[in-house]
Amino acid sequence: MKLKKLLQVFWTFFKIGAFTFGGGYAMIPLIQNEAVEKRHWVTDDDILEIVAIAESTPGPIAINSATFVGYRAAGVLGSVCGTLGVVLPSFVIILALSFVLQEFQALRAVQYAFFGIRAGVLALLLKALWTMYKKSPKGWPAYVVMGLSFLLTAVFSINVIFVIIGCAIFGLVTSRILRKGEVA
Amino acid sequence: MAFLTLFLTFFTIGIVTFGGGYAMLPMIQEQVAARWGDLISEAQLVDFVAVSESTPGPFAINMATYIGSVVGGEQGGFMWQVFGSFCATMGVVLPSFIIILIVARIYDRFKESRIVKGCMTGLKPAVVGLIAGAVLNVMGTVFCPGGWAAALLSTPAFYISGAIAVLMVTLAFKKVPPIVIICLSAAIGIAVGYMGLLD
Repeated sequence: MKLKKLLQVFWTFFKIGAFTFGGGYAMIPLIQNEAVEKRHWVTDDDILEIVAIAESTPGPIAINSATFVGYRAAGVLGSVCGTLGVVLPSFVIILALSFVLQEFQALRAVQYAFFGIRAGVLALLLKALWTMYKKSPKGWPAYVVMGLSFLLTAVFSINVIFVIIGCAIFGLVTSRILRKGEVA
Repeated sequence: MAFLTLFLTFFTIGIVTFGGGYAMLPMIQEQVAARWGDLISEAQLVDFVAVSESTPGPFAINMATYIGSVVGGEQGGFMWQVFGSFCATMGVVLPSFIIILIVARIYDRFKESRIVKGCMTGLKPAVVGLIAGAVLNVMGTVFCPGGWAAALLSTPAFYISGAIAVLMVTLAFKKVPPIVIICLSAAIGIAVGYMGLLD
């Protein structure tokens, strides 16, 4: 019985990994359909919790949710199966593509295509930037962090890790101070 | 040694990037330039962002698998490519996996934690600033492949890239799916290329 459930978890997340483009949030409706409605491993509330957790823990949202749902469905082994399932399709497809890409990169048509695609990627990134901006807190501490993290990495080439750690501490300290201000 | 570096680099990327997906790009750009700049150019990295967007699966896994394959391939044949991909992917997956297993047990305390909430008020805007930096980087690759100075001697390619970018930004904000944007951009690139506008 246990083995059957583990296989179900693996197969469910394998399908989710194989059929969602763009990853992350695009996977949430599929997870809801499979894990809540079909299998009853988790509830709708759990899905909301997963999104909240995924946003406040590091790493890809897809991995976070596969691990979480797998754990709820069948314990630690379940989380291993869910994570392996969601990773495997990408892994195989990209590995195959990386061979093909190296073969075809010399072709003139491919070079022209990628000339266009680079400009298209820029557009996708600007869209992602806007989405992230909308989800970010506003107000002066947030704008200071945005400006500083941009300047420090893009202009002064400071290591991204230090900037991230610094911003987390800055957020912690300013939120404490602002809260005390409200109380007083 | 190359494989340990792959694993550790992606493990670090997996630990420090919040928000998933594109939030990883600034760190990937930085690490690839520092460690494997001779193997993967900035333009190739941008190309691969497009491939990651047009294939199924999470962006982070796609990028890790690809970079692992290229770096592993330097060590020898097919099996090393697979092993390189394996190391990079394991690296990027493990931190999330471990952290979620812990959080799944202590979820209620985690959710109410003021420390977590406080850190997030700094991390969310930080990601915005970091992605803005990545955008600037990609702009450099798109508009000035020969360096910022060469861009002053603007070529038709410069204006064509600009036109494609403006058109695609408009489409992206009208919620046209990424894969459509990438295919359209590719088609325009091929068309202007064979019209002889890029040479």
